[in-house]
Amino acid sequence: MFQNVGEMVILFWSTLLALPATWRQRQKVSDQFFEIGNASLLMVCILSFFIGGVIALQTGPLLVERGLGSYVGGVVGFSICKELAPVMMSILIAGRIGSAMAAEIGSMRVYQEIDALRTMNISPIHYLVLPRLVAIALALPLLVTFAILVGWLGGALVCVANDHIAISFAAFFSALRDTVNVQDVANGVFKSFAFALIIATVSCHQGLITRGGPRGIGRSVTKAVVNSIVLIVFSDYLLTRILLK
Amino acid sequence: MTSTPSHPGGVSVRVRGLRKAFAGQDVLAGLDFDVQPGEIFVIMGPSGSGKTVLLKHLIGLEEPDAGEILIAGKPVRSPEVMSQYRMAMVFQSGALLNSLTVGENVGLYLAEHRLKSPEEIARIVTEKLEVVGLKGTEERMPSDLSGGMKKRVAIARALVIEPQLILYDEPTSELDPLSSVVIAEEIVNLKQRIQVTSLVVSHDRDLAFGVADRIAVINKGRILTIGTPDEVRRNPDPLVEQFLHASFKRL
Repeated sequence: MFQNVGEMVILFWSTLLALPATWRQRQKVSDQFFEIGNASLLMVCILSFFIGGVIALQTGPLLVERGLGSYVGGVVGFSICKELAPVMMSILIAGRIGSAMAAEIGSMRVYQEIDALRTMNISPIHYLVLPRLVAIALALPLLVTFAILVGWLGGALVCVANDHIAISFAAFFSALRDTVNVQDVANGVFKSFAFALIIATVSCHQGLITRGGPRGIGRSVTKAVVNSIVLIVFSDYLLTRILLK
Repeated sequence: MTSTPSHPGGVSVRVRGLRKAFAGQDVLAGLDFDVQPGEIFVIMGPSGSGKTVLLKHLIGLEEPDAGEILIAGKPVRSPEVMSQYRMAMVFQSGALLNSLTVGENVGLYLAEHRLKSPEEIARIVTEKLEVVGLKGTEERMPSDLSGGMKKRVAIARALVIEPQLILYDEPTSELDPLSSVVIAEEIVNLKQRIQVTSLVVSHDRDLAFGVADRIAVINKGRILTIGTPDEVRRNPDPLVEQFLHASFKRL
């Protein structure tokens, strides 16, 4: 385990050192960026809409019963932007995009495509890891911003439509504006940026160390997703502690 | 392996005391041999004798447990070799990048190192594909090609580098006799055209005796014999004889 952690740190550091080459790899960054967007936007939309709705449904009646109806918008808005959108969307992207990264790089490793790159003096870090890391680091915060807005909308619609809550659209967003400030949203987006780096590093590392045939690729994909999720949840706690100060 | 060639023609290869073990089992058990610039040196041996592992060491993909490999007198993994000499390897499977078209695969080295304009790359790609008899396949994907075609595309990709040392890993495996002859001719043509040093790993006896200047026979990570094709044919070592004369007639 410690060897894996060490290798991931080295991979991440090597990729950071390769960042000046990003412009040269812009076409690949752009391809990856749109692939991530295309693959995830609809799922992000559906997931965040219903997360917002469920939070409103769970908290709304309780708060209204106690005469705290004016706080529903704040509770839903705050929990979505600071916690649920960044964590849930990152887990979704770890499953959808991290697995694809590990599978693609893993199969390239197994079928000697990475060896072929090395014999041509093409660094796998520049060619494979850098574009993926940059693309996901740009795409995930954007997806999370979008998820926050859709989640708020989902929460608001449930508050309007549900008889046990029955809060107007304007009242929901007025409460949300009073509770949630720009820094809260920025915190959530910043967290998603950190999670994006984790997903790319873990998934690319698992791909690069793949051994064996199709079974090895399957193992790498599973490890990439599970390790990414564990690290996302663990670093979420650390980041929350740091950002609360 | 480099983008800035500075020495024309082939390079010499010197291997001394090369050892490699995987999981405690010797794969290369102390190899010594020299390859002269511009020579076609064929390494023969049964499957599992360490031929591919040897090639990976020669191009710097593996690090030996002991011994040294010198390219033009310099250690293979040294920055000088990486920056001054061009080396290419044709993998047994072709190792084409499956997400790229044939044309993109062949032009990958030039495109990634920004050595030529896109128009020039397209021209060179067409030229090299024509050399291996695959003109017009630029837009096809590797998954649409047969095993033999993939291998020829891999050779075209190696040719683009204009290598001084080219390593072939089982270049005729999975090929029909006609394609094997085409590949063998290409190996010889390359030597005549650009004086490239060629190291061919194969258990194809026809290919070995057809193209080699010298042949080494290895078994269990050790060299049994090295010599010209005639010398190897006359070698009395029973293991060499057994390998060279194995035939279905015995069945």
